Amino acid sequence: MRLRVDPTSPEPIFEQLVFRVKEAIAQGSLAGGDRLPSVRELARDASINPNTVARAYEALEAEGVIVRRQGSGCFVTEKGSALATSERKRRLDALVQRLVTEGFHLGFGARELRDALAERLSATPLPPRRDS
Amino acid sequence: MSSPIRFDDVHRRFGARAVLRGLSFRVQPGEVYALLGRNGAGKTTAMRILLGFLAPMHGRSELLGVDSRALTPDVRERVGLVSEGHALYRWMTVDEVLRFEAGTRTRFDLTKAQTLRARLGLDPRAKVATLSRGQRAQLALLAATCGAPEVLVLDDPAMGLDPVVRRDLLGVMIDLLADTGTSVLFSTHILSDVERIADRVGILHDGRLIVDATLDDLKRRVEVRFVRDGAASELERDVPRCLRAAPRAGGHDLFLVDVADDTRRALANLAATERQGAVPSLEDLFVELTADDRNAAPDAAEVTR
Repeated sequence: MRLRVDPTSPEPIFEQLVFRVKEAIAQGSLAGGDRLPSVRELARDASINPNTVARAYEALEAEGVIVRRQGSGCFVTEKGSALATSERKRRLDALVQRLVTEGFHLGFGARELRDALAERLSATPLPPRRDS
Repeated sequence: MSSPIRFDDVHRRFGARAVLRGLSFRVQPGEVYALLGRNGAGKTTAMRILLGFLAPMHGRSELLGVDSRALTPDVRERVGLVSEGHALYRWMTVDEVLRFEAGTRTRFDLTKAQTLRARLGLDPRAKVATLSRGQRAQLALLAATCGAPEVLVLDDPAMGLDPVVRRDLLGVMIDLLADTGTSVLFSTHILSDVERIADRVGILHDGRLIVDATLDDLKRRVEVRFVRDGAASELERDVPRCLRAAPRAGGHDLFLVDVADDTRRALANLAATERQGAVPSLEDLFVELTADDRNAAPDAAEVTR
């Protein structure tokens, strides 16, 4: 697996890394139990500061996306987000609100937004989650 | 742990020319700090003062908790240095350079150096004089990093190197950082390298830092808006938190830091518009903040937190 980052992007590199890992899992190229490259491997591969990679892994671990096993590296968790259900719901609401707001300002109505979301979901089927 | 590198209000002039006028910053353990500035901004002077090769006229600097003017050999041994131009004895072979380092530095890991040397494809029997610039840079960095430094000081290590060799150099640095958590202070002109590797960025201008912030913070805190009306000096004066008004076709780009309500009100009055790519690249920011037509940096125009 190669994780690409763009250092010139306004988005901080560690946020890009966090999102790339989440994206890889959502698209099925990384699955529960898969091992992530070590901090050093990834830093070397992407030519970025190992501190940055370590920070991204810490953020992913705090969200329960990956788990660190002493001595053997970081692995994608089997059961998904470690966040409380209420917090997960809150974050999802915020994302949907953003979609609706930005979509409206781009000139799209309710039907078009619903269709776009449905289209995206059918184009990229989400891998099954063990607990859902 | 205290900061392995510290500058406190350092001043230095050469004759009538004041090069440093109150330079203050710290590098934390394990942090990679990029010191940027135009040619002649004082980057090399700052590094020479840090290493005790040059005395400040006011203020002080510390390296590994020791005043730069009182560095002992055992403190120096914990510091790796790659100077501009990669000072190496030209008559030595690659192998001799590494053995020489091993003989003069007790912490030097010759086995690791040989392994890295082989990986970089440097011929052990080649004379330094016959090496390319890139190979010399690699050898100098190798010699500095294999001494297990706690602090690494690099004065424009990438100068004159092609992108492929620079990538290799970054690789050597990345390995070092991953292994040991060394603190690094480096100066460079290659801003894309800075964006890859630096935790924190300092921009030296008019003898002081006008930016001292983490790279992530800088990206989050600085925005650009476009306005049609007004002169640059008025805009810089009237718009709160405006770092710089840069002339652009038909108006000015405003570089803003930490936009707050007062800024938003001023922008609304000026009918400011979003510009595509509202967040400037490090290069845009660097060019705008250090451009020649800019007057002496007013205290307000700083990102130093």
